[in-house]
Amino acid sequence: MKVLVCISHVPDTTSKINFTDGDTVFDSQGVQFVINPNDEFGLTRAMWFKEKQNATIDVINVGSSNTEPTLRKALAIGADKAIRIDSEPIDGMFVSKEIAEYIKSNHYDLIIAGRESIDYNGGMVPGLIAGLLQINFVTNCTKLEIEGTKATFEREIDGGKEILSCDLPLIIGGQKGLVEESDLRIPNMRGIMQARQKPLEVIPPSTSSSKTKSIKFYKPAPREEVKLVSPDNLDQLIDLLHNEAKVL
Amino acid sequence: MSVLAYVESFKGKIKKNALEIVSYSRELAIKLDTNLVTIVLNVDDTSELNKHGASKVLKVTNSELESFDAKLYANVIAQAAKANNSNYIVLSSSLDTRYLAPLLSIELEAGYISNVVELPSSLNPFTIKRTSFTNKAFCDSTIDSDIKIIGLSSNAFGISENNTEGLLEDFNPTLSEKKITINSTEKVSGKISIADADIVVSAGRGLKGPENWNIIEELAETLGAATACSKPVSDMGWRPHSEHVGQTGKPVATNLYIAIGISGAIQHLAGINSSKIKVVINNDPEAPFFKAADYGVVGDAFDVVPRLTEKLKAFKA
Repeated sequence: MKVLVCISHVPDTTSKINFTDGDTVFDSQGVQFVINPNDEFGLTRAMWFKEKQNATIDVINVGSSNTEPTLRKALAIGADKAIRIDSEPIDGMFVSKEIAEYIKSNHYDLIIAGRESIDYNGGMVPGLIAGLLQINFVTNCTKLEIEGTKATFEREIDGGKEILSCDLPLIIGGQKGLVEESDLRIPNMRGIMQARQKPLEVIPPSTSSSKTKSIKFYKPAPREEVKLVSPDNLDQLIDLLHNEAKVL
Repeated sequence: MSVLAYVESFKGKIKKNALEIVSYSRELAIKLDTNLVTIVLNVDDTSELNKHGASKVLKVTNSELESFDAKLYANVIAQAAKANNSNYIVLSSSLDTRYLAPLLSIELEAGYISNVVELPSSLNPFTIKRTSFTNKAFCDSTIDSDIKIIGLSSNAFGISENNTEGLLEDFNPTLSEKKITINSTEKVSGKISIADADIVVSAGRGLKGPENWNIIEELAETLGAATACSKPVSDMGWRPHSEHVGQTGKPVATNLYIAIGISGAIQHLAGINSSKIKVVINNDPEAPFFKAADYGVVGDAFDVVPRLTEKLKAFKA
């Protein structure tokens, strides 16, 4: 079984979010980048397929050379090969077209992406790739088993869950539940050393077009100081919620 | 040209979030000087849609569409868009709709922007505001394609009533083959889900143990709210994973979010930030959540929560 895991290179959750160039570009100065958490759940699940079902795991990213440490980390966790499509990502459509082009000439049985990245939060890349390649697709995927050419999986729905099945090839938008947080792996020294020897293929972008552009970023207005209510005066809290906030 | 709004339903009833989609789409149609068309699947009574401004309702009735299938649903919406020359399609942020949106985007070769929080600020170039960086920032985005898909954030716009004379049309799409089989569905019944709730009552480690959740449930019941929890609480198995809200859990965009005994880790705040009003009850005045909240009570949850519930019962009565 051949598995491709799409890796988004994102600022760590605790990073300060600032913008530069007249608020048109994310300011990456001093920011620690990590594997997108939703992708990391998927990558860790893929490692299970590698160890138990002999799968080979490739990881792919669309980005500049700045994203290579993130791909190396994925290799150190245990992926076999990394592919970087050498282009700044413009929007979800651009990234999806680039990845879909690569998949067209390199067959995969299973493609794992995260339900969304924690930076642009578009939540569309796995679905767009599925649409472009006309393959089966599920998002908010919280469990995944593969047997032969059949996949059985769980999807989170509003207020519950669904168990589904379909034939491979399949692309999923994964999230926590595929594995638990405690299953996530920190690369050990041996993994890090091995990762240096593993192939990291850099390929030029095809000529994908985008359909949307992020033109200006801004941060929310600083919020007002919290209004503290004494625990002995809860009527005041109800009054504020009713008359001032108008949410009761 | 027209605006097409996809109206979600559950078991033959129009979902409340769909009325927000219709209200938004009506304003968008006015801005564009065009008509609003709505499409709804397997719902008998659609009069509610006219009440919120739909001038044309496409009614699809087909037992094959009883259960959700992203590909089939996307294809049905695409057929409706083509039949009505719709170049703007408005979708909600429910899990099902976010699932079908990218598939629809490919079918219509449309640019798709999710997490939209306002009407477009400019029509040419088409520019619209969305949240990004998990609610830590906003972003103005343009859509350059002829057909545009807007995914509206929950509770970003509100519901307005505008009685409109409506045209009702039966719409009969051709259906493609289902590729994904549903083996089983588990839905917590009788309990309001986090996605559908106007109010969410959420609790964390400060509750000390799962046996103490009765005070949370009673407060939630009094308010007609959904219950949620912080990540450590679901990791320790005190509450089901489905209640975990935060960056890796469920996002919450509700009118009122009440956090009890939750310190307010940045990952938690990222998931709940787009809620309108946040109330924190915590005995630690230094808890970071107080910096992100609108109202706060510094006090012991076991003392404050039951008294608040009693007062709310009296207030509601």
